[in-house]
Amino acid sequence: MERGQLLSLSAVELGAAVRAGETTAVEAMEAVLGQIEESESIYHCYVTIDREAALEKAAQVQKKIEAGELTGPLAGVPVAVKDNLCTEGLLTTCASRILENFVPTYSAEAVRNLEKAGAVLVGKTNMDEFAMGSTTETSFYGETKNPCNPEHVPGGSSGGSAAAVAAGECFFALGSDTGGSIRQPASYCGVVGMKPTYGTVSRYGLVAYGSSLDQIGPLTKTVEDCAVVLEAIASHDPKDSTSIAREDTDFSGALVNDVKGMRFGIPRDYFGEGLDPEVRQAVLRAAELLKGQGAIVDEFDLSLVEYAIPTYYTIAAAEASSNLERFDGIKYGYRAQDAQGLHQMYKKTRSQGFGPEVKRRIMLGSFVLSSGYYDAYYLKALKVKAMIKKAFDRAFEKYDCILGPVAPTTAPKLGESLSDPMKMYLGDIYTISVNLAGLPGISVPCGKDSKGLPVGLQLIGDCFQEKKLIRAAYTYEQSSKGGKE
Amino acid sequence: MGLKMANVISDETIEYVGILAKLELSGQEKEAAKKSMGEMLDYIDKLNELDTSDVEPMSHVFPVQNVFREDVVSNGDGSGSTLQNAPGAREDMFVVPRTFD
Repeated sequence: MERGQLLSLSAVELGAAVRAGETTAVEAMEAVLGQIEESESIYHCYVTIDREAALEKAAQVQKKIEAGELTGPLAGVPVAVKDNLCTEGLLTTCASRILENFVPTYSAEAVRNLEKAGAVLVGKTNMDEFAMGSTTETSFYGETKNPCNPEHVPGGSSGGSAAAVAAGECFFALGSDTGGSIRQPASYCGVVGMKPTYGTVSRYGLVAYGSSLDQIGPLTKTVEDCAVVLEAIASHDPKDSTSIAREDTDFSGALVNDVKGMRFGIPRDYFGEGLDPEVRQAVLRAAELLKGQGAIVDEFDLSLVEYAIPTYYTIAAAEASSNLERFDGIKYGYRAQDAQGLHQMYKKTRSQGFGPEVKRRIMLGSFVLSSGYYDAYYLKALKVKAMIKKAFDRAFEKYDCILGPVAPTTAPKLGESLSDPMKMYLGDIYTISVNLAGLPGISVPCGKDSKGLPVGLQLIGDCFQEKKLIRAAYTYEQSSKGGKE
Repeated sequence: MGLKMANVISDETIEYVGILAKLELSGQEKEAAKKSMGEMLDYIDKLNELDTSDVEPMSHVFPVQNVFREDVVSNGDGSGSTLQNAPGAREDMFVVPRTFD
């Protein structure tokens, strides 16, 4: 198959073509590497690419496919992995200077699950430093550009993963989502992205940011790919004590084109001030389309929406300040050379190794956990989190899915967000509460604005209800194809 | 909590938080930190609009309990490759700067 034709396939279509002998894992990898050769200098989706290892691995996988040892849907399919997921023997930087030379001695469980399925690693994708940011501009290794329009950001923090999928520089990717870091870049780049229920995918080998909020998930070209990848990476892992033993992980079985009788709730509080009129229109048009397919759609008041961001930043910063204590210049990564004594070495290493946004959050987190402020800030936020979870519980008594936008706007221009962090934080308003409540959420492309930038539709489900999300997203995707969004 | 936190964050607070966070900030960085932390805390103070007196703090969304397992080694000896990542190593030890005089 020629390259253009190969790259137009979804991950599942490619897997089928490889199994049918119409192409090979090596040919697929060559196609991806060719595309990288062509467009990576513009988009900068990756921090690290190991071409030789990728081709060699593809050849090994191809042999196993031919020998009948690998028969799954992802065998031979090139995958990109966010650079905060450990990959044995391959540089893992978290887009930070402090991990500029860190080569993990083991792979994240989600990465191992993909390897077992026969997916082949292309490289490690760019991200906001330690996943702290919404634009991929806080990366120490330079910004990633949005393949839909390189003057705009790809979103973040999994911006490299979303951009790599959109640019054809991989067939699918893994990201991590602490406050919207999979769904928002998926929305900005016009791909599908899903954050599963907390505990569904093992966090073993994911460099921790906000451990109670972090979850790994897929970024893909289609809803079908999303379901198949999630099925491959979901597993109960004794190495992650928050991992959940689920038996309902046959997500591809939920790819049903039918929403008759499914109940969708549209939170009025997601459609207020700050929402771009074009985003609003695209999302409401998607709701109409689902209604036309037999869904029951109505509006309701979710409540507490304006409290999600302050709650999130308190909890995430607190957990980050604790999680990032391990970067001290002793066991791995960068070490400042000009320090006198151990304590000064810690301080200099961290001050030189971390970027401004990471320092900002570590400082805030240290403050809200400090004695005298712990109750007023950290404990208060944990209480509001409980209230937010309850508000969702009430909503899911009435609805199968909550439907709304992923982000208030389409992708901003490069350089517009970092000057005003508060404004950047407000952009997370529709995604962040999903993490606080541990819920699954999916972003599906639902059209473009007048500048040609993609808009994402967000569907939120109750805990463990990924199948409802997949079914609804699949139905939307299939029926909107006819009308050509 | 009537006071705006922006006015409460003093140079001493920034100094103290710098010690907790093990960060050495330049004069410029300290000023920036004072401003941005004050702004964030003012914003977080919005949570005080909510009465949470009857609410239990929720650290985990599911009623999970501690997970115990037997203390058995399941991975091999990775000390060699682990030490390869160390900024300073000698034999099978990490090398650190002088700790005591």
